[in-house]
Amino acid sequence: MSVSVEASVAAVEPAPFWSRERRAGLGLAVAGVLVAVGFGLLAGDRSASFTLAETTAGPTVSIDGRLGAVLFGLIGAAAGGLLWLPGAKRWFGWLFAIAVVPMVASFLCWQLSDATLSVMPLGQVVRSSVLLALPLIFGGLAGVLGERSGVINIAIEGQFVVGAFSAAMVATLLASVWAGIVAAAVAGLLIAALLAVLAIRYLVDQIVVGVVLIVFAMGLTGFLFEQLMRPEPGRYNQPSRVPTWQVPVLSELPLVGPVLFRTNIFVYLALALVVAVYVGLFHTRWGLRTRAVGEHPAAADTVGVAVLGLRYRNVLVGGMLAGIGGATFTLQATTNYSHGMTAGLGFIALAAMIFGRWNPVGVLLAALFFGFLRALAFYLGTIGSPIPSQFLNMLPYLATIAAVAGLVGRARAPAADGKPYVKG
Amino acid sequence: MSEERPPEAQPSWSARFLHHLWSANPVTVTALAVVLALLVGGVLIILSDAQVRASYGYFFARPGDALDASWAKISDAYATLFRGAIVDPGDIARALDGTGTWAAVLRPLSESLTSAAPLVFTGLAFSLAFRGGLFNIGVQGQAILGAIGAGLVGFLLPLPVVVHLLVVLLAGALAGAAWGFVPGILKARTGAHEVITTIMLNSVAAIFIGWVIVQSWAQDPARQDPISRPVDESARLPRLLAWLDPGLRVHLGIVVAVVVVAGVAWLLNRSRFGFELRAVGMNPNAARAAGMSVTATYVQLMVIAGALAGLGGATMVLGTAYALTALVLGSVGFDGILVGLLGRAKPWGVLAAALLFGALQAGGRAMQVGAGTSLELVQVIQALIVIFVAAPALVKATFRLRPARAGAITGVAARGW
Repeated sequence: MSVSVEASVAAVEPAPFWSRERRAGLGLAVAGVLVAVGFGLLAGDRSASFTLAETTAGPTVSIDGRLGAVLFGLIGAAAGGLLWLPGAKRWFGWLFAIAVVPMVASFLCWQLSDATLSVMPLGQVVRSSVLLALPLIFGGLAGVLGERSGVINIAIEGQFVVGAFSAAMVATLLASVWAGIVAAAVAGLLIAALLAVLAIRYLVDQIVVGVVLIVFAMGLTGFLFEQLMRPEPGRYNQPSRVPTWQVPVLSELPLVGPVLFRTNIFVYLALALVVAVYVGLFHTRWGLRTRAVGEHPAAADTVGVAVLGLRYRNVLVGGMLAGIGGATFTLQATTNYSHGMTAGLGFIALAAMIFGRWNPVGVLLAALFFGFLRALAFYLGTIGSPIPSQFLNMLPYLATIAAVAGLVGRARAPAADGKPYVKG
Repeated sequence: MSEERPPEAQPSWSARFLHHLWSANPVTVTALAVVLALLVGGVLIILSDAQVRASYGYFFARPGDALDASWAKISDAYATLFRGAIVDPGDIARALDGTGTWAAVLRPLSESLTSAAPLVFTGLAFSLAFRGGLFNIGVQGQAILGAIGAGLVGFLLPLPVVVHLLVVLLAGALAGAAWGFVPGILKARTGAHEVITTIMLNSVAAIFIGWVIVQSWAQDPARQDPISRPVDESARLPRLLAWLDPGLRVHLGIVVAVVVVAGVAWLLNRSRFGFELRAVGMNPNAARAAGMSVTATYVQLMVIAGALAGLGGATMVLGTAYALTALVLGSVGFDGILVGLLGRAKPWGVLAAALLFGALQAGGRAMQVGAGTSLELVQVIQALIVIFVAAPALVKATFRLRPARAGAITGVAARGW
């Protein structure tokens, strides 16, 4: 019996002409041209001005509205063309962002040229973006901790709500914002404990538990709000504000200085946690075990990792983080609790987690992006933009749908995400 | 040669019934879950009342005061709940001796059925999608679109009596179906998980209705607040007991709901599409191997679920509210999710669960007015019931139930993203 050895011709299929980068590049180029034409025609007669400071006074950079809309649109189209270059596959995400930014600038030129106030203080917008992204960062990190261990935490919105409520109530009762923050963490921890017990011990479907816990949390806080806070707001619902701390030298930096280094504890904590979770997940033993449990709990169990205990601990810590995220609603600018103040941000935090590919740094960038959209919607609403304010408010949610629908690439969850582990 | 032992006496029928009653079968678990939820609700009632809390302040000096106050408060609240949901025995006595009317006797039931009607539709919307393996959290948004569709056709398009009602219901269903189509097609084409897309569409729908009702062609010209024009008389769901008392609010919606439940039960259990969607729900890979198109099933399923939710929103507007406001639907979508879970995603179970939740809501409204306990407590109780039902092992452990012989609940099957 002879074995014929054929020279194996590596039958590599040539890459298809219409690869993902090329299709995206063409789409962006077409979009860029449409944006240039569309926003250019719609733009008003005034010029759009931008300033780096946080107020509209001071030096500005101006560009004629129509010219700016057309120019930036064409730059975006050209950047889309960059995706046709060889090597674009590796830098897809960055090139996509580089193409989108000029289109946003074109949009801004249109809006500012047609609004009652034609100056955009970029410092203020950046600060708003960071502050509005805060709950998303905390919530996204909470989601990452849970999902990397294999437990889906849909109930982040519920943890925000109880966190915001407890922070307001305890901070008022004990006249201390720090007590409020601790109370918020504990409240988030309790909801996470319910989630953990029901999902890990009683094997209930995790998405179902999450949704039911959200309804429970909203009902509970709504009930306590009606019975306690509404009749006696002075006694239960007047927390003070967290103080602003300043880092001496770094806060002098032009755009990012005041935003990142002359701000309150929540921003510092958020940034520190992003670093901590990143280092923890990818450079420590705990992180390795967590990721193993999230990908293949049976294998981790054979090696001796305590699968269920690890899942419990991670979900509980995640709950504390989400609770602190809830505290950002009531201890910063708005210092009282009102019904519905979380406005579905817990779900956007989940989207930030998916968009950030279950990676803490990705979560930070995604949260900043969504925060920017919210800040933009607020700002354009205040300066009297031609688009009705309701449609501007829809922007973050529509962007979330676009992000999750994979317009920026497919994301892969940890393999054992959502599947309860039963020994044996 | 072994002695023959006399055959064991068969336990009597009633003894066997009682034996199996106290096991973890669905009915017992649901009933005990309701009891547990009411107990926790009772604790919350105590915590939230300032006077009862005050009496606990000196508990060790006079425990009787605290216990009396607690019992009085809880029993008052729950008695008002019952009287508002089912019947007030005092009303029956008054009707019998002529000082009251039979309409007053029927009022609580009428309120319960009114509250239950939209919940049937939204519960069906969630549970049908759930049987197909999809988490349709977007029921609220689809119901809002259904309300918008029904409302707009209701006051913008004048038509003769019966035709108008049919067209308006159809419009509501189509609008909801369109809002369900979007996450369906996104899931089919891009794999975008329907939980996030439907939740985002909920928020978009809530903002959208706020925009619609202040537009010049929709806003009520006689009022300053954001409310739309009222729907025409010919488009409203007629009240069933108007001949007895025009104030009894139960309307045709509940009849439509029962018919739709029968239709969905037929669809799910007897039609080819129902077979495909159940197969896809249980094992998409096997279904694909058997030649079914999983993605097409997902899209069709979300469209039908959206249509059902849209009917729910339409029922609310055409039967109760008669005009659109930003909060016209309340939380009927999320309550529908709870109803679907409580009904274990089976159509007739959903009907029963919707009746229970409708009764709780009607009773809750009475409790808010009569006993001063906020309506939100009902939300908490509803969520707790579902938690306890979804984790039957928890109720089983609490009450030391035996494992069920048949009809054991396995809980909702666990799956992931």
